[in-house]
Amino acid sequence: MDVTHALAAGMGGIRTAGDLVARMQMARGMRLEEAKLYVAGRLGCSVGDLSDSSAMEQIRGEKGLGRILDHSNLHPGEPNAMMAKFRIAELLGLRINSVERFRELAGL
Amino acid sequence: MGDGFRVAMTRSELRADIEAATEEAARKAKAPPLSAAEQEHLLDIYASRAAFTAVDIGDQVVLSCDGGGSKMTGSDLQDLLESEQRLGQDILELWHIEYSYKAIKTILPFQQQLMQNAQLMLTAPVQYGAQPNLAFYSKPDGPADNWFELLPRGDVAGARAAVMEAMEYATQDFVYVADGMLEAGADGVDFDTTGGAGDADLFSTLRAVRHVREKYPEAGIEVGMAGEFVIGVHGELEWQGRRLAGLWPREQLEVCQEAGATIFGPAVNIRTGKSCCWNTAYSLTVIKPCMDAARIAVHPNVGQGVCGVPVNGYPGEDVASRAARAHVDILRCDGL
Repeated sequence: MDVTHALAAGMGGIRTAGDLVARMQMARGMRLEEAKLYVAGRLGCSVGDLSDSSAMEQIRGEKGLGRILDHSNLHPGEPNAMMAKFRIAELLGLRINSVERFRELAGL
Repeated sequence: MGDGFRVAMTRSELRADIEAATEEAARKAKAPPLSAAEQEHLLDIYASRAAFTAVDIGDQVVLSCDGGGSKMTGSDLQDLLESEQRLGQDILELWHIEYSYKAIKTILPFQQQLMQNAQLMLTAPVQYGAQPNLAFYSKPDGPADNWFELLPRGDVAGARAAVMEAMEYATQDFVYVADGMLEAGADGVDFDTTGGAGDADLFSTLRAVRHVREKYPEAGIEVGMAGEFVIGVHGELEWQGRRLAGLWPREQLEVCQEAGATIFGPAVNIRTGKSCCWNTAYSLTVIKPCMDAARIAVHPNVGQGVCGVPVNGYPGEDVASRAARAHVDILRCDGL
């Protein structure tokens, strides 16, 4: 069922900008349209690009926001996971909890 | 059907189900029925012979989940990674099979360590989820007297006192676990199946929501409901002057967003003897008033047994995708 919903209606997570739009809903309680406009504005792309995996692969790569990794798409030397979240926090103007915890525990 | 049994229906039979469901839902929830155009669109979705359907390009919504993933991949971390990398989940959820705040309290450090590790490896937001399950605080599972035994005896005062006692323990646990997981780096908390033990269950949760909102201003707080109608187990509990017993989704949304939730998940229980088309029409009618009242994101629950998805453990792709598309197309909801 998870796969069904992902294909039928999901934004696509980090394959697209689904995680970024989700962060605005979670942290600010934004409605979908507002969250999409906000993220598109921050990324400098169209709202339509946000659920386009081809466009977002390029944008995420350029901005270091983390991408799907598999055997044919490996990006060593590029930010992912926690490294990417530092950039996402800055891009979206958000305080990401795990980033702040990492900063604190690593003594940065 | 709502129990997952496959049936063949004509377009006329589907139309009749939609009309009957929206009329019944409108009457019960005191909400307007679906418009003629909405009913026609719903009919087109369900009358299609396609094995799968989907929203239009660009209309995709944010997916959150209660639990989520498979738990079949060896470990919580691998499961979350697969949910992120393979399923493309927008919001991930760390959870434990003892999916209850009361149980999680006893293993909090283990869950905190998992959350800290998960946050190092994942890019997408990860919330922590569990259920309020207020009934676990009554005997024989918990310390309070069992109100479900007292009520049939006519001891209303004793039952209410037991409910109040259980609520104190419950809110303490919700706050303890939520604080602990947020201190471990969680992006948010999910109170799933809220109201399962009625108005007292919801009230206990709302107090925890308010606490989290005040202490962690940018934490995600998702409140997913147990059903379309809040049962009056106590009967007189009020939130900000509003009686919780008897609330329908629009009013449930209003109390949740007032308390500080950022995502609200309405749930409309499946009638197993009705068609999925009937159930989706009923669900849409009951939830639709939320969309005008919402200042926060609304993610209808389209899991097994709610909002048009059969109660069967393996819902077919045809019915699950139809339920997803119908809720997005007609409600213009913010997620699922």
